[in-house]
Amino acid sequence: MKLQLFNKKSNHIRSPKKFFTKEILVYTLLIIWLLVNLFPLYWMFTFSFKDNAAIFGENVIGLPQTWHFENYESALGVNNLPRFFLNSFIVTGLTIVLTVIIAMMAAFALCRMIWKGRKVVNSMVVLGMTIPIHASILPIFLVLSKLDMLNSYQSLIVPYTAFALSVATLIFIGFMQDIPKELDEAACIDGCSVWGIFRHVIFPMMRPSIATVGIFTFIQTWNELMFAIIFINKADFFTLTVGIQTLSGSYTREWGPIGAALVVATFPTIIAYAFLSKKIHESVNAGAIKG
Amino acid sequence: MNRIYRNKPAIFLFLLPAAILFIGIIIVPIIMSTYYSLHDWNGFSDMKFVGLDNYIELFTSTTINFPKALLNAVFFMLASVFIQLPFSLLLALLLAKGRKGSRLFLSVYFIPVLLSTVVIGQLWLKIYNPDYGILNVALNSIGLESWTKVWLGDRGTALIAAFIPTLWQYTGYHMLLMYAGIRSVPQELREAALIDGASESQINRRIIIPMIKPIIKVCVIISVTGALKVFDLIYILTNGGPAHATEVPSTLLVSMMFLRNRYGFGSAIAVILIFLCFLVAYIIRKSFKTEVD
Repeated sequence: MKLQLFNKKSNHIRSPKKFFTKEILVYTLLIIWLLVNLFPLYWMFTFSFKDNAAIFGENVIGLPQTWHFENYESALGVNNLPRFFLNSFIVTGLTIVLTVIIAMMAAFALCRMIWKGRKVVNSMVVLGMTIPIHASILPIFLVLSKLDMLNSYQSLIVPYTAFALSVATLIFIGFMQDIPKELDEAACIDGCSVWGIFRHVIFPMMRPSIATVGIFTFIQTWNELMFAIIFINKADFFTLTVGIQTLSGSYTREWGPIGAALVVATFPTIIAYAFLSKKIHESVNAGAIKG
Repeated sequence: MNRIYRNKPAIFLFLLPAAILFIGIIIVPIIMSTYYSLHDWNGFSDMKFVGLDNYIELFTSTTINFPKALLNAVFFMLASVFIQLPFSLLLALLLAKGRKGSRLFLSVYFIPVLLSTVVIGQLWLKIYNPDYGILNVALNSIGLESWTKVWLGDRGTALIAAFIPTLWQYTGYHMLLMYAGIRSVPQELREAALIDGASESQINRRIIIPMIKPIIKVCVIISVTGALKVFDLIYILTNGGPAHATEVPSTLLVSMMFLRNRYGFGSAIAVILIFLCFLVAYIIRKSFKTEVD
């Protein structure tokens, strides 16, 4: 017995030297992967300040010797980038607002109210998450073109909201279950109606989850390409993704300005991430696990 | 209290907006797509009922080559499940031990997930550029000129080259999910195992991985259905070319519907995609369940 214990122990106490080599290996791997993640961004940042001569041979990976800020001028001025930004902002912003309101109402009905068929609807919401957007792209396209509503904000906002609802509702249900029912009862005794309970009890308690749903919806909507590229073909309504995609198609020889446009498109997300990384990590987890 | 919860008009009103969107934007269009898929239709002339002809053509036509697109998606699925996910798990295990700098590594690894796929696509187009891209420049500078290729234009390398950016982008996503799972494994379990003399790799294999099985299941579902749906990066990098070498179901769907106006045929692809997404999600849920039981 004693011998056995001894053997087992010797199994996990490693010599310091072995431990040291293992740590070095681990950190080498972690740092290599870090560089694999960062290097493309570094490269993009530097070539956005270079002219073609530097990008194409003189100075491929170094910092720019002369900083060509005019790349940014042409990306921002000539190419309407601010407009695309605004469009993406409007579309994503309204999608988030609508998703939060509608999903929270649905979550309230599914989590608190008592009615027949609740279970069935609940499982339909879960099923809804698996449905790919390809499913409805053609019918929506046909309806939009019949109503002459292609090239409009609502042509993106409404489908985005519909496809964001399932996950959002599930996240809200997850949070709502943790709000004690006694609070509802107290409000009920104080004379609140259903609507009152929703607005004055549930809604304020749900604030943290609104950020979660908002962030999750943002990640999905801000980058969406398929709907955006098919429903929008007027530059006035281009979202950032479509705008940059089109830009790059027309400037294949001029890498500097495209690089500048890519940096401008990336910058806000990175800044936001630097401040909100913890909350963003939480949201991504909630979005995946609650589903 | 229950009287308030059973208030029928209120239930109706709370559900109404979600129901309208869900039915109007998702359910009805699925039914319409199914209906279109049984017809020959270009959007202008009359619809002609053709039964299952679209589906038959889909699986037999060698010019459109849908089976090839499906096969590419399956290849992508396998690469994702057997290379990307294990690597994500490895990173998550290494970081979850609370090494110095874990927080920094974690945050940086997640950055690609947040970048717009268009940005990533354009960036990788430049990385792969045959004349000036850093990949070929790097190969040239270390004397491996013979290894340089037109990465996205060569039928031999295009498929792998087109998938690498997607795998690169989402590794951080899966890593984050697994990391959160590992951190939620009670510390006492780990300590108890250490006292019993378990080694680090034994703890990982016997305790942590079984405990985070539900999360691994989620990751597998996300990456498998993601492989079926993959569109953005392929569309940007190759749009299915050269000669269908990188075609995936959704690029084929878009080009059939919106370039060739074959609405019925494109809808058949959509219907198959929905069906496959449900099917694989169901199979994965089932197979993980039986293992746990």
